[in-house]
Amino acid sequence: MNPGINLRDPSKGNEVVIEIDNVKKQYRLGTIGGGTLKGDLQSWWARVRGKEDPNTKIGSKVYAKNEKFMALNGVSFSVRKGETIGLIGGNGAGKSTLLKLLSRVTAPTEGEIRIRGKVSSMLEVGTGFHPELTGRENVYLNGAILGMKRAEVDERIEDIIDFSECRQFIDTPVKRYSSGMFVKLAFSVAAHLNSDIMLMDEVLAVGDMAFQRKCIDKMVSVARDEGKTIIYVSHNMQTIRQLCNRAIVLRKGEVIFNGDVEEGIGIYLRNDEVTAKIFNDFSGLHRYNFLTDKVLMDSLEVLDKDMCRFTDDEKIRFRLNMHCNEDVERLSLRFMIHNSDQVVTATSVCSDFMSCKKGESYSRVFELDVSPLASGVYKVLPVLFELGELGEVIDCDGVYPGLVFEHEKTTRLDWKSKLYGDTTLEDMVCIE
Amino acid sequence: MKQNTDEWTTVIRPKAGWFDIDLKDIWHYRDLIVMFLKRNFNSAYKQTILGPLWFLINPLLSSSMYTIVFGQIAKISTDGVPQFLFYLCGNTAWGYFSSCLSSTASTFTGNAYLFGKVYFPRLVSPITTVIYALLSFSIQMLVLVVSMVIFAVRGEPVHPNWSLLLLPVMIAQMALMGMGFGIIVSSVTTKYRDLSILVGFGLHLWMYGTPVVYPISQVQSIAPGLVKLIWLNPVAPIINNFRYALLGCGSFNTYYWLISWGVTAVVLFLGVLIFSKVERTFMDTV
Repeated sequence: MNPGINLRDPSKGNEVVIEIDNVKKQYRLGTIGGGTLKGDLQSWWARVRGKEDPNTKIGSKVYAKNEKFMALNGVSFSVRKGETIGLIGGNGAGKSTLLKLLSRVTAPTEGEIRIRGKVSSMLEVGTGFHPELTGRENVYLNGAILGMKRAEVDERIEDIIDFSECRQFIDTPVKRYSSGMFVKLAFSVAAHLNSDIMLMDEVLAVGDMAFQRKCIDKMVSVARDEGKTIIYVSHNMQTIRQLCNRAIVLRKGEVIFNGDVEEGIGIYLRNDEVTAKIFNDFSGLHRYNFLTDKVLMDSLEVLDKDMCRFTDDEKIRFRLNMHCNEDVERLSLRFMIHNSDQVVTATSVCSDFMSCKKGESYSRVFELDVSPLASGVYKVLPVLFELGELGEVIDCDGVYPGLVFEHEKTTRLDWKSKLYGDTTLEDMVCIE
Repeated sequence: MKQNTDEWTTVIRPKAGWFDIDLKDIWHYRDLIVMFLKRNFNSAYKQTILGPLWFLINPLLSSSMYTIVFGQIAKISTDGVPQFLFYLCGNTAWGYFSSCLSSTASTFTGNAYLFGKVYFPRLVSPITTVIYALLSFSIQMLVLVVSMVIFAVRGEPVHPNWSLLLLPVMIAQMALMGMGFGIIVSSVTTKYRDLSILVGFGLHLWMYGTPVVYPISQVQSIAPGLVKLIWLNPVAPIINNFRYALLGCGSFNTYYWLISWGVTAVVLFLGVLIFSKVERTFMDTV
């Protein structure tokens, strides 16, 4: 969807630089961290005497010695030089574990990873930054931690400072930096590493929007012009689209998709049970206390679609099922649409669509046009409210996210949501 | 799929070989050692008034204390050397060894956050620590030398001799042995935190098993049976020879010193072995 960036895929036919071969990573549950010598001796002594282990919680099987958890369960794929891979998946899918293995922070339980070239990992911005040191000293320190020699940092220091936009403060201790300046400087170091392979965990979402845009541009050029290989983990599909030319989707420690970015994102959104569902069941969900509970939503179902993905000319049609605990006049519905940063972008209201009687259940179908929205994934907070005589609003029920959908907007230009915002107003007309 | 493994820069496998440490890798990261040293120095004294002067006050105070307690009150012999110098000398040497040990002992637990985020050869950390400890040691050596000059000018018996040339070897040995013990402790503490409490206490006891506040000759005259035992303490010959080289008291012992070197080699080898085994997965247990 980004013709400006992803048209060329220069990596075809390049040599393989990373080969991941049936890698598994197992964590032991429960027993981790319980390491005091006394505890282990007690357990051992109890076993020797054939008695019950005093450190096992009564009736709990959770603390059994053999309880295992596979964070990665047989992952295999390979990466060619110059590729930018987007690693996506829900929480706990194993993305970060895989990056940790690749960056050698911890070792796999099974399998083998073969790497050609120098790897540097950014699992976080500003690892090892010391608050007492000045910006410049921290650039050297961070560079060294990430594997650069002093001479290499010397060569790049001017570029790093320029990129960070912190020149004025570069000889001030970083403890006096604003958090924005801090991450800008930290990211700048990483962006100027001389390694062949870069592993990044959600680190591009730093600083203000202009800087984020700059970071992504920098990484795109690093991959395209310098032939570096990037593996990027993110929950932000927009960044994945902008940066990556291949997506790998993980779920429960397994690769479920490996290929085209758009397709991968689609599969991720469809598979991620918590998010993009057609049928959203609200019964039994916790509600906020300030809601009156006069009317409760039971479910929200998207109609005529098998996945929550909408193009320009499609309207979202959905059925809302609800039940009424108290009589309500002028019942209304409000759809508060949040963008990927969890910020309200737009709201649509259907006021006074019915009155309801205590004890009854209702089912209504609504239609919503989301075409002014820019491309992206949105989460909706649907709120049922009572519209008072004087236009006052009394909220009855709300569930977040009540609906997650993806909107695909065709614009003539590459719409940069981070810069332009999430709403695309009607095109202006030149009248004179 | 058969791949020629030589082509790959890095191959990550579940289990490493028995002695899988990459010294070249550590050498490659030498700039990191320098940066860590700078960081430690800057951060330790940036907001203190006296700064590195604290290194001076510590040995001067404790040596004065020893002079009063062991020299004046307990009247332990110091082989004819001025008491203050005797204690200052032993203290300086022991101080270096014990700070090497105690500060490398927290390598894993103290750096867990950093180690969890980025890879570099983990041995870089204890090596940095040991080199950093040299800073305070050299300042203390300076104090010692100045005191020696003062005492010598006043005509007290101070006899530095040619075995001074072996001083660098002794210092290196203390660093290696301190680090060896330290990284063993740090490896074990990733699982059993108890040990880290034991370190401070253990070092305290160890000091009394080492001729720091007494000369070997004193043991010889009071409990001759213990002499051999004390000599077998691997730090004892180093402290003894260190003091002989600088002050000329007692005698230089080569035999036990060589044994002590043997112990150093074994401890260091074992330490690096356990350390490199633990470093691969300690993030999962720490």
